[in-house]
Amino acid sequence: MTINGWLQIALVIGLVLIAARPLGLYMAAVFDGRRTLASVALGPVERGFYWLAGVSPEKEQGWLAYTGAMLMFSALGFASLYAILRLQAWLPLNPQGFEGVPPDLAFNTAISFLTNTNWQAYGGETTMSHFSQMAGLAVHNFLSAATGIALALAVTRAFSRGAAATLGNFWVDLTRATLYVLLPLSLLVALAFVATGAPQTFAGAVDAATLEGAKQTIALGPVASQEAIKQLGTNGGGFFNANAAHPFENPNAFANILQIWSMLTVSAALLVMFGKAVGAERQGWALLGAVGVILLSGVALVYAAETAGNPLLAALGLDPAQGNLEGKELRFGQALTALYVAVTTGLSCGAVNAMHDSLTPLGGFVPLFLIQLGEVLPGGVGSGLYGLVVFAVLAVFIAGLMVGRTPEFLGKKIEAREIKLAMLAVLILPLAILGFSAVAAVLPSALASLANAGPHGLSEILYTYTSAAGNNGSAFAGLNANTPWWNVTTAISMILGRFGYVIPVMAMAGSLAAKKKAAPSAGTFPTDGPLFVGLLVGVIFIVGGLQFFPALALGPIVEHVLMLAGKTF
Amino acid sequence: MSAKFKTRRTLLFDPALLIEAAADSVRKLNPKTLMRNPVIFVTEVVAALVTLLWLRDYFSATGSPFFSGQIAAWLWFTVLFATFAEAIAEGRGKAQAAALRASRSDTMAKRLIDPQGRDHLDGVIENVNALSLNPGDVVLVEAGDIIPSDGEIVEGVASVNESAITGESAAVIREAGGDRSAVTGGTTVLSDWIKVRVTAQPGETFVDRMIALVEGAERQKTPNELALSVLLAGLTLIFLIAVVTLYGLAAYSGAVPSVVVLVALLVTLIPTTIGGLLSAIGIAGMNRLVRFNVLATSGRAVEAAGDVDTLLLDKTGTITFGNRMASEFVALPGVDSRRLAEAALLASLADETPEGRSIVALAKGDFGLAEPEVFDARAIPFAAQTRLSGLDLSTKSLRKGAVDSVLKFAGLSSEQAPPEFRAAVDRISRSGGTPLAVVETRNVQAHAVGADAVAFTESELLGLIHLKDVVKPGIKARFAALRAMGIKTVMITGDNPLTAAAIATEAGVDDFLAEATPEDKLNFIRKEQTGGRLVAMCGDGTNDAPALAQADVGVAMQSGTQAAREAGNMVDLDSDPTKLIEVVEIGKQLLMTRGALTTFSIANDVAKYFAILPALFVAAYPELGALNVMHLASPQSAILSAVIFNAIIIIALIPLALKGVSYRAVGAASLLRRNLLVYGLGGLAAPFVGIKLIDVAVTALNLA
Repeated sequence: MTINGWLQIALVIGLVLIAARPLGLYMAAVFDGRRTLASVALGPVERGFYWLAGVSPEKEQGWLAYTGAMLMFSALGFASLYAILRLQAWLPLNPQGFEGVPPDLAFNTAISFLTNTNWQAYGGETTMSHFSQMAGLAVHNFLSAATGIALALAVTRAFSRGAAATLGNFWVDLTRATLYVLLPLSLLVALAFVATGAPQTFAGAVDAATLEGAKQTIALGPVASQEAIKQLGTNGGGFFNANAAHPFENPNAFANILQIWSMLTVSAALLVMFGKAVGAERQGWALLGAVGVILLSGVALVYAAETAGNPLLAALGLDPAQGNLEGKELRFGQALTALYVAVTTGLSCGAVNAMHDSLTPLGGFVPLFLIQLGEVLPGGVGSGLYGLVVFAVLAVFIAGLMVGRTPEFLGKKIEAREIKLAMLAVLILPLAILGFSAVAAVLPSALASLANAGPHGLSEILYTYTSAAGNNGSAFAGLNANTPWWNVTTAISMILGRFGYVIPVMAMAGSLAAKKKAAPSAGTFPTDGPLFVGLLVGVIFIVGGLQFFPALALGPIVEHVLMLAGKTF
Repeated sequence: MSAKFKTRRTLLFDPALLIEAAADSVRKLNPKTLMRNPVIFVTEVVAALVTLLWLRDYFSATGSPFFSGQIAAWLWFTVLFATFAEAIAEGRGKAQAAALRASRSDTMAKRLIDPQGRDHLDGVIENVNALSLNPGDVVLVEAGDIIPSDGEIVEGVASVNESAITGESAAVIREAGGDRSAVTGGTTVLSDWIKVRVTAQPGETFVDRMIALVEGAERQKTPNELALSVLLAGLTLIFLIAVVTLYGLAAYSGAVPSVVVLVALLVTLIPTTIGGLLSAIGIAGMNRLVRFNVLATSGRAVEAAGDVDTLLLDKTGTITFGNRMASEFVALPGVDSRRLAEAALLASLADETPEGRSIVALAKGDFGLAEPEVFDARAIPFAAQTRLSGLDLSTKSLRKGAVDSVLKFAGLSSEQAPPEFRAAVDRISRSGGTPLAVVETRNVQAHAVGADAVAFTESELLGLIHLKDVVKPGIKARFAALRAMGIKTVMITGDNPLTAAAIATEAGVDDFLAEATPEDKLNFIRKEQTGGRLVAMCGDGTNDAPALAQADVGVAMQSGTQAAREAGNMVDLDSDPTKLIEVVEIGKQLLMTRGALTTFSIANDVAKYFAILPALFVAAYPELGALNVMHLASPQSAILSAVIFNAIIIIALIPLALKGVSYRAVGAASLLRRNLLVYGLGGLAAPFVGIKLIDVAVTALNLA
């Protein structure tokens, strides 16, 4: 680790924090239906959409109707995306003449983009036509992110309103999230990516002659635009198989910083928006503080583990000063790679600028564990916010009794029903991750996909289901996930991770919204100070993470101690 | 009250109680009843499983029966300690319940066949068992009889001994009509007779409810307890998933631990500590309330007491002593204040009202005057008509009383009174006090030449006595403490706003409601509740009933009317309105104890991982021994020590669960900081120390 490296990390974090507040306040205004500068241009478009869809924007929905609308929208999205993938051979913009995507892969991919996971069991440039990329995948990059934001808004309103029967209108929230937030930001960020050298073209692949005289096919396409929403919407599904390690997706250090910035900023701004909406901006910053503590610890651990490198390689005479460079892009360096690794997994983004499979055992432990903590650091756009709220509710409940009152979070009493629903949500991740991993670990047909034996192989299995259930989508690699078993089980994990999680959370939001807002007093549990930040960190760690430790002990942890003892796999 | 408190305290450590609780704890192992507590139920199931495995090991001579036998034993102890905690908490209420039950059984009632009959002795009475009385029945209760059920006096007046309920043996008067018409079944009529209309269903009288309550028979989980149970069940499920799936993951690694070891991991991870103590905490909280002679009709009310934001307190009796008391003598210019005090003392000797007594006490206290020996004097006792009292001596008469009465006695109109006098009257009234005037009238004998002596009188106003509501000592500090806890105090009074404001300032309440009618109270409570605040109040009259019912916590006085007692959700057997504050504190303490032990229990998990995880897989991966930061002697001793710690911590925390965590009236922020430090960080650190010590002992004893 170097001071220079930490300064780079601090720079990126600083840029995120600078942008988060204005963006958060802007979103608070937009989602409150207030007029902003953007409504001059976008207001008519927005109303046009409502007119076309026959939606009356004033008509609000209860939690059940809201969730029902979201599920219906997702079901339609799944059907259309599945059809596009299966039929791409007959659809336009297919310069390379790709075949239709096979059923299990199309199922997996459709679920994957629908749930904002963007797990890719395929190589983009060798499987997907431009039409599938743009009209199929990129559209869902927007819509799945906007859906996440809408759900987060509904949960926010559960706290900002008192004795309310409704949580907003899903169609309105979805439209505003896309129109006022994601589209304008994507436009700006896409142009910035073009400026850094990312291609933006409808042309197909070009053939180039290499220095050795061999012929190389170089894939091209509308990369910059896809890249923008992939990061802003914490989707993570790359245009190329190599994702953000590919020089066309992530051409240089500036592009790399922009990538990390666009991943973090919207989720961070949503927390600011949450604070503003519930009438206590400090609350948003407190949540951000807890997120920051865990995320930066993760960054530090990856950075330390990677720069420490592998003692076995040092013993073979490799210069240990550079640390572990396997699977990393030299143009990004150790510091920003460590930051990228932690951020993309702390968020449910899943874009990667390095091969996570090639990280040292401890370096690989971090992304795995960060996803398992529930994708709340600060999580995917929207999903991170509502996940964090669930942990905040649990933290307030566990320790809140200690001040001698029925625990309340932001004036809403936390009672049996809320706890039941919060626990149901929290239960989903261990159930999907550990359940499927335990089966896959003893199923010969599943094990056939593994590239590595021993603890590292177990890490690959764990990472796959963790990434799917956490709706992250990053791959540890080293595991051929494009088989019917993996395609189907990861798809189920993704569905559980998204819908199995959010339905109880929405029910909880409905029940909280209906409660009266209690007035704060000196006897109220303070949830905006450092004490609460510490408590929240503890609860995320203990309730969200501890159950994975036995499994992790058999994977990256044992691999680490074995590496130190001189064994590899 | 305090004496009773002590005798019940000693019961906690009564060996007989411990033995009975031990027996009860075995009875409570019945899985059917244990299912109410998912954490302990899971522990019992796996304890049974490990017992079977031990039997297999023992008879087939495979495995390590010595090890699995010990684990099985400690798992059973874990369950037993949990049921023991509940049994001992319940046991404390049982002695009291037995005493109550004695008052109820074998009571016969004299039911009037024709309640409308004018004369109660005309032979229309039938003797029936008290348990067969229905609401609406009218019974006759005569001197020496036990009142057979709860009811309302419809005719008669009697003195009643209510010690069976309140523990207070002084008799109280109960009479038809008004606010003292309610009687409680189980109390005894000492003199006279009353006709009582029964108001309670058989088996649902106040005493029945009390028995059920102290025995815990009717105990239902309170809202917070329910929520906590859900959380604990959820955590149990999560760790169950973690341990069951570990089987598959470990199979991949070729490191499958034995079922006994996996069970040990499960039991140490699930929150057995709080799971085992949860119901004991709740029962103990109710018992604390009962020891304070307050009876809650539901646990919900006790919890709500902890949540209260606004306390509505009646001025009289709660904030001030019931009566106005003399606080100051204001002498007029030219009058020695000692002379005024003497005159006031003499004039009040025949005044038996509390105000009169307070004047005597003030004169004796402030001026050190002795009780004067008066001869040849005629006392004029205080009378409501004259509003004066005094003393006629041979040479002079002294009077003290209401200002206008005194002026009239002195033959003065209010305009004729000296301006200093009028100014002082104004000042005292404005400050919320009541002025009493003191006058001395001398008999003057004038001897005119050539005539008979002519007697006439000469009056001199000496000054004023300032009577005021005296705020109870220490009450201001208590309100300050409540404020620190975030609780607003509101004084309710019938006084005018001026007087109310003066007393409110002196007592340090946050707000007051002057000239309050019952409707005003009700509206005030509603307004507070609309603002998202929980309100507690106490009351005794029938006109308090709507407000008591509306309040989130309504404490009715045992001496109050039946309507008030039914409207409230708590009854204070001592009829002491100040207790509302203690009730709030007990509610808070109950919640805090639960929170503290939950945090402690959950924080314990971290250390247990460090004990068990390396031990779990060290056979397959010896390198994992690096994680054995506690340097436990062997994998088996590590696992055994963690399980033993897990069991013993329950027993170690029973006193805390029963006593409650120490409570201080400070704001939530500092409470949280302190408790997080003690129970959060303490919970992280304690098992490291505990498991290490047990490991040392286990190794020394060659147990593993």
